[in-house]
Amino acid sequence: MDWIVQKLWLIPALPLVAAGLSALLKQRQRRLAAALAIGAMVLALALSCMAFVSALQHPGQGSVVRQGVNFFWFQFGDPRNSDAAVWLGWVLDPLTAVMLVMVTLVGLLIFIYSLGYMAHDDNFTRFFCFLSLFAAGMLGVLIANSLLLLFICWELVGLTSYLLIGFWYHKPSAAAAAKKAFITTRIGDLALLLGMVWLYSQTGTLLFYDGGHGCLEQSALARLVAQTTTLGMAASTGIALLIFCGAIGKSGQVPLHVWLPDAMEGPTPVSALIHAATMVAAGVFLVARVYPLMAAGDGGGGAVAAALQVVAWVGAITAVFAASIAAAQTDIKRILAYSTVSQLGFMMRGLGTGGVAVGMFHLITHACFKALLFLGTGSVIHGCHEEQDIRRMGGLRQFMPITFATYAVGMLALSGFPLVFSGFWSKDEILHSAHGWSVSHWPFYLGVFGALLTAFYMTRQVCYVFFGSLRSRRREEDLIPLPGSTETKSEPTHVGCYDVHESPAVMTWPLVGLALLAILLGFVGTPAWPWFQDFLNGERAVLAPGKLAEPATLWLMALSSVVVISGMGLGWWLYGRKPQTDPGALDVLERARPDIYALLRRKYFVDEVYDATVIRFNSWWARSCDWWDDWVWNGAVQLVSYAVVGLSWLNRVFDEYVVNLGFDRGCRGLTEGGGLMSRLQGGGVQGYLRVIGVALGVLVLLLLWGCHAS
Amino acid sequence: MLAWTLYISLLGVAVLMLLPRGAARPARMVALLTAVVGFVIALAGCLTLDPGKLNTITRVPWIPSLGIEYHLAADGVSLTLVLLTGIAAVAGILFSWNIEHRAKEFFAFYLALIAGVYGVFLSFDLFLLFVFYELAIIPKYFIIAIWGSTRKEYGAMKLALYSFVGSAMVLIGLIAAYVVAGAKTMSLVELAHFAFPQSFAMWAFPLVFVGFGILAGLWPFHTWAPTGHVAAPTGASMLLAGVVMKLGAYGCLRVAMTVLPHGMDPWGFKLLGFGSWRDVLSLLAVVGIVYGAMVALVQKDFKFVIGYSSVSHMGFVLLGLLTLNEVGLSGAVLQMFSHGVIAGLLFGVVGRMVYDRTHTRDLGILEGMNLNKAIPFAAVTFTIGSMASMGLPGFSGFVAELQVLIGAWQAFPMLAVVAGLGIVVGAAYTLRVLQKAFRSRCRGVGTDFNAGTDRGADFDRSRPGDWTLSAAPAGSDCAELRLAAV
Repeated sequence: MDWIVQKLWLIPALPLVAAGLSALLKQRQRRLAAALAIGAMVLALALSCMAFVSALQHPGQGSVVRQGVNFFWFQFGDPRNSDAAVWLGWVLDPLTAVMLVMVTLVGLLIFIYSLGYMAHDDNFTRFFCFLSLFAAGMLGVLIANSLLLLFICWELVGLTSYLLIGFWYHKPSAAAAAKKAFITTRIGDLALLLGMVWLYSQTGTLLFYDGGHGCLEQSALARLVAQTTTLGMAASTGIALLIFCGAIGKSGQVPLHVWLPDAMEGPTPVSALIHAATMVAAGVFLVARVYPLMAAGDGGGGAVAAALQVVAWVGAITAVFAASIAAAQTDIKRILAYSTVSQLGFMMRGLGTGGVAVGMFHLITHACFKALLFLGTGSVIHGCHEEQDIRRMGGLRQFMPITFATYAVGMLALSGFPLVFSGFWSKDEILHSAHGWSVSHWPFYLGVFGALLTAFYMTRQVCYVFFGSLRSRRREEDLIPLPGSTETKSEPTHVGCYDVHESPAVMTWPLVGLALLAILLGFVGTPAWPWFQDFLNGERAVLAPGKLAEPATLWLMALSSVVVISGMGLGWWLYGRKPQTDPGALDVLERARPDIYALLRRKYFVDEVYDATVIRFNSWWARSCDWWDDWVWNGAVQLVSYAVVGLSWLNRVFDEYVVNLGFDRGCRGLTEGGGLMSRLQGGGVQGYLRVIGVALGVLVLLLLWGCHAS
Repeated sequence: MLAWTLYISLLGVAVLMLLPRGAARPARMVALLTAVVGFVIALAGCLTLDPGKLNTITRVPWIPSLGIEYHLAADGVSLTLVLLTGIAAVAGILFSWNIEHRAKEFFAFYLALIAGVYGVFLSFDLFLLFVFYELAIIPKYFIIAIWGSTRKEYGAMKLALYSFVGSAMVLIGLIAAYVVAGAKTMSLVELAHFAFPQSFAMWAFPLVFVGFGILAGLWPFHTWAPTGHVAAPTGASMLLAGVVMKLGAYGCLRVAMTVLPHGMDPWGFKLLGFGSWRDVLSLLAVVGIVYGAMVALVQKDFKFVIGYSSVSHMGFVLLGLLTLNEVGLSGAVLQMFSHGVIAGLLFGVVGRMVYDRTHTRDLGILEGMNLNKAIPFAAVTFTIGSMASMGLPGFSGFVAELQVLIGAWQAFPMLAVVAGLGIVVGAAYTLRVLQKAFRSRCRGVGTDFNAGTDRGADFDRSRPGDWTLSAAPAGSDCAELRLAAV
């Protein structure tokens, strides 16, 4: 086993140590905190590259090579008569290796960028502490070879996401968004936890791979498939669906997507790192990791497993759903947030229809260009003094050329502009697999429509932000919020965008680096040389330019090119041709179809529906429990106590009027009798003599009568 | 040796009684010393004794004619809880450092309560156990009624009456079991081996279980807990939530389930879908989990939130016990320990660090105080406590709740799902209270606290020395949390 496999735990441990150390630093030791975080990240990147090289050196012959270390954690109950134990471990396979390099590389670039972005923040040290903690959790998720270890890191990542969304917790919207994010993902995590508990109960292990005994290996899977539950569903399907619920929560799929757009309240580097490139992709990674479980099941005979069908459908619906919302947003970060949700849907669909490699390829390319877009956004926001409303931007092309150039690369990659940009190749792969899906063609149609929308809303955004002329606040009265901007909650601190400026080099260099990746990464996964896919599947990649010319491939490539170009053309025609000049003017779509625009603008009223149903029901329930406690249980207790008091009172009455009364009467009778008797002994001698005389007379009479009688 | 935890506490009571009137400082020192020694003994006992078997400490006849013995012993469960008592006692005394009013009496009652708790955990004779159980109730009443706050007489009376009703039920069950078993012995070990007729177990088991369960916050007999916890002074709340509630759960496990296991057998018929007392009681436990969490979600009083969260968490303990499998049982015991430490920490922060300084526990008022800036240490400590209370991985609550859930999944899968809902609501109320109390909107970042609000005048930061001292056990609690996690 390679040295790096033994030491793989160092990769998450380094940022963890950095986080621990910087937690102890004083607030003013800013440079040290940043150096710790970035240093740990550099080392982690170096180790990840070594891991990647190591994974490269073991090309599988048709099957994936996995190396890992498992270790004993704890035992349930008495070790002498129980074998219920929990093991943890880590694993290095191509999937892990690729993700490790991506997360550490993107993470490092974003860390460096944060140096510039957060330079003026009071809590700079705390920020880097949280970022390192996040990196530790995320890398832990990647190397975990045990669902439990994965879950532990998963929750750690959720916690840091909570802390970082609420980083500016004095903003009520940020605090609320943080809470919403945590609780919404927690609902998904509950399902994941239950899935884990179920899996453990069925297989007795939570290790993924354990030399034939792991829960993702053949024997365990066969057992799971054979078990049927009450609903006639195989246990494997049930567990897979529960685990997928966790992924739905973390990756912002419908119906748990509501937290992700709100999460944009966090600092922009956080949005880039956590809510675009890495953490939200953890859900996709999770599905890829437990893919054998997802794919196992009742599908037998060529049919697609039920769990995978659900994954594909959820992904397909999310992709279109979120893309359409993005078309009507005006907050620059929210557009990207909905775009992220939509792209995650693309990945899920890729996993569901085409397998691990298809989904993961889009994950990797998306991470690069979405991080690029977010960092570009951060640069724009920074340059415009915390302005986030695209209606108040415009013409920034002249002020920030580097940002514009890199942003354009990101936008073209996200839209999937043909041939040069990575997004084209990865999206094409997904469409290809959706097209070949045996269950239904709808995911394919939805995918094409989603691609059209993506190209459209990205063009709209770029036109608003970079083209036309600057529409910043010039007068005091502009401080009145724009119509419908209540939920954007941007609270600009400075008035006026006169001095829009390009960002410092520490912020633009990461942009350039990511832009290069956004272009180059596409070429490792083209149909002509599907190196990436083959690497993940443990095969040797072969260069086959002929594949590009196959009619099916060619036809799809042409179709997606047409779709993308027409989407961009539509966007340009509506927004670029005649740029808006007044920030308060209605959107073009709004003028055309106000009803549809309002529906999209209000995000299909999902938040409102949740407010009216789940949240209201929950608070009603909580209130009624409280009421129940106050009145029913306490009332019962009070009632019992009153009953006892009443009984005591009755006892007293009985005592007083029955027992005591008799006693008192008796006593009084005795007293009165005594008084009567005492009269006899008044001390008057005459009286005594009278009595004696009478008594004598009576005695004599008695004696006489007695003698007479005898 | 472990018996000295008990003796030393009683000795502490005696010494305190001999102290002159009004000597607060010596009283504190004596109490602290006693508790620390008790803790050290408990720790040493945990390290030296084998948790896998029953370690008899003392066994001498007490009332030979009735077969009653003075039998102290410890197994793994007892050891865990004795250690928890030691920790809670030290922390509680440090958090009571600011008590000036009749300090001597306070600490005497406090140590008497601790002695009773140690006694219950170490007794293996039912009669002895019952004596200690009663011994623990009396000081609670006085501590709350004399040194408490909100509605203290009501809270104290409610707690005492509930406890006595519970112990009356337990007493009936115990005497019945004693007589049915031949009136020869009260020893737990021997009674556990006696085959009670099933018809007897069927009525005696629920009586004893519910009797003990009342003190463990079994729904719907839980309402003493929030009121009592809120009314109690800080140190006593820590002890009440941390240890005294565990007395009930311990009794359920040690007496009801060990002596009368056949009471959990199926009835042989179904009533409303319930087939045995075990089904009924585990449903009550799960209702308690969700119900406690829901009620905690809408409380306006900071302490009530923690009080109801205790009801919710104790539901996990009872559920774990009733799973009757090894995973669930060990989860339940771990949850007892973990909740003991976490609840102690949270009550300590709320009572001593927040309430004593702001003189309010109303979350609506605390919201405007920007406590994160004013008392950052309390904020950090409370955040850590909340994370543990939410059951985040890395904290003891996670391992415990995970084990309980695994156990429950094997025994009653549907209930496990519902109990899981309680975890989600748990996250909701914890975050709500955390944000309201510590991370809410501040009026002007970086400004002086007192300038922002008129209520700031009440704010008391005048005794920094005292403050750091009482902060120390909170830190040690955190360390303990991590210890418990690994």
